[in-house]
Amino acid sequence: MTSVGGQKPQAVTDLLQDREPLAADIWDLRLYVAGQTAKSLAALANLRKFCEEHLAGRYRIEVVDLMENPEFARSDQILAIPTLVRKLPEPMRKIIGDLSNTERVLVGLDLRPRGV
Amino acid sequence: MLLSLSVGAVANALPKTPTGIEGLDEITLGGLPTGRTTLVCGGPGCGKTLLGMEFLLRGILQYGEPGVFMAFEENAGELAANVASLGYDLNQLCAGGQLFIDYVRVDRSEIEETGEYDLDGLFIRLADAIGRIGAKRVVLDTLEMLFSGLRNESILRAELRRLFRWLKDRGVTTIITAERGHGQLTRHGLEEYVSDCVILLDFRVHEEIATRRLRVVKYRGTLHGTNEYPFLIDEKGISVFPVTSLGLDHEVSNERVSTGIPRLDIMLGGQGVYRGSSVLITGTAGTGKTSLAAHFAVAACGRGERVLYFAFEESASQIIRNMGSIGLDLKTPIDRGLLRFSAMRPTFQRLETHLATMFKFFADFQPRTVIIDPITNLASAGTLTEAKLVLLRLMDFFKSHRITAFFTNLTSGKEDIAQTEAGVSSLMDTWLGLRTIEEGGGERNRALYVLKSRGMAHSNQIREFRLTERGVELVDAYLGPAGVLTGTARFVQESKEKAEALLRSQELDAKQRAIARKRQALEAQIAALRIELQSEEDQLQRLAVQMEADAALREAERARFAALRQADANLREAAVESPSRLEQAR
Repeated sequence: MTSVGGQKPQAVTDLLQDREPLAADIWDLRLYVAGQTAKSLAALANLRKFCEEHLAGRYRIEVVDLMENPEFARSDQILAIPTLVRKLPEPMRKIIGDLSNTERVLVGLDLRPRGV
Repeated sequence: MLLSLSVGAVANALPKTPTGIEGLDEITLGGLPTGRTTLVCGGPGCGKTLLGMEFLLRGILQYGEPGVFMAFEENAGELAANVASLGYDLNQLCAGGQLFIDYVRVDRSEIEETGEYDLDGLFIRLADAIGRIGAKRVVLDTLEMLFSGLRNESILRAELRRLFRWLKDRGVTTIITAERGHGQLTRHGLEEYVSDCVILLDFRVHEEIATRRLRVVKYRGTLHGTNEYPFLIDEKGISVFPVTSLGLDHEVSNERVSTGIPRLDIMLGGQGVYRGSSVLITGTAGTGKTSLAAHFAVAACGRGERVLYFAFEESASQIIRNMGSIGLDLKTPIDRGLLRFSAMRPTFQRLETHLATMFKFFADFQPRTVIIDPITNLASAGTLTEAKLVLLRLMDFFKSHRITAFFTNLTSGKEDIAQTEAGVSSLMDTWLGLRTIEEGGGERNRALYVLKSRGMAHSNQIREFRLTERGVELVDAYLGPAGVLTGTARFVQESKEKAEALLRSQELDAKQRAIARKRQALEAQIAALRIELQSEEDQLQRLAVQMEADAALREAERARFAALRQADANLREAAVESPSRLEQAR
């Protein structure tokens, strides 16, 4: 609950930043992991950092652990772990990997044109 | 052959899971390695997916082993539609908890990669699917789609290696399919991960004829057939040649059916052929194969049975007209719905398509007798081995449905009679041979003989086979010192024999008469001699009497002379008596 640098504490799921006025332009992101692996933890940390930098106040992150809910892997067509899915805005985007390369995440989330 | 080597010892060494696919279990001496991964590779349309699916479906239906199908190319709906034609209902099997289909969609355009990842999602899906139904069999079709969906090949390869080890640890028998690559078995070298069993499927066109072939490239720890084996995809799925299990577990019938030719029935143990048996009629061109087949058809229709006639050489109307000329009425049974013709040229279609068409006909019409005239033309639509495989499948079907089948086969006449073109004679129960015999009188005549007929005492004699206005007639061929004679030559020979016999009997009569005459003459002579002898004996007797009388006379006269000389008184009296003695003698 302690806030650092004026930021609100972030919960793992259902995190909504309301500082930005454009509430309609919410990014709905879902991160699929399989247990607490190093890659999953790294991906989550990278994602949070990225969202704060580029989508501050207009994103929501949901983490799905496939070890607990394997049927989501099938219904959401997940193969690789970790996988980040941009559910909103449409169209749906998928980024796999630990999200360590910020440039590629920007491309994958259509925040930057491809091929740059 | 390799296949005949001891199966038992090998089977003990390596547990195998039967695929249930006809022929494949024979080649692999029992099936795929249990708990291991088998790689099935081949080009597009070679039947990889079907092989995988059949492995699962037969596993469920024949061996009670649930299976998971992980599809990377086709979704569940497409898969269900593909195998529905084989009579499988995927949705029902899925609902029954025996089959689980998971469609994995990998599209590179949707996926961006950044940093390290693994394929735990795939593992979780697979583990979940296996766990849900207790699967013993798994098919991954086509796993290498991952290569087009994921960029990081080093991660992918490491994960595939992990996947195969994982599958092995789970103890599921797995088939993974892969596209054939250039210069290697698979495009992405999957064979290096799968070391237990590799099967290669091939679909190639040779001389405008497409054939499917299967080869077991590698099977560690066991013997296997190493050849390329042709295979077919038909209404029952895949069947690989050789199909050795054919015809061995069919119930046989003791019922006999007439061939429609009384003399031929007599040749076949007096009662014709067994119901459900396969009859092969071979002969050179124009020997009367179709006529014989038409007889069978008419006879079966006469019994009220449905007959399906596959004409591969002539149109139905042509056969009906031609058979009409020898007094066989095919029109009436057609009108009564008992006879149905299917005339087509096999070369128009692939053999497989053809087989499928034929099976549809069987299902629609439910015939008890099928005539295929001729099987030779089937071979022109495929390779010889493929044609043989098609015939095997047909015969298997006929036997299991107790359909009496007649096959005609055109032989060139030059080759050995024991070798039919399709090489199927050993599978036939009854084999009738037709041939022409050329006679000196400028004739060709037809002859029929029974080469074999299983399960009955059959005639070993050649019969002359005549096409008359009242149908086929079998006549005893003339067997003489000059060999078998037929036609006019037989007739000539028979008349000649008759003349000779007449002549011989006339000669005998003459000789008998001559002897009788001689006997008469001799007997007359004997009688004359007897009379002569008699008269001589009479003479002799008279002579003896004369001589006796003479002797008495001389005695009497001597006594009279003595008295005349008066030698003494006593002798007078004697002299007085003497004339009376003399009288007595006379």
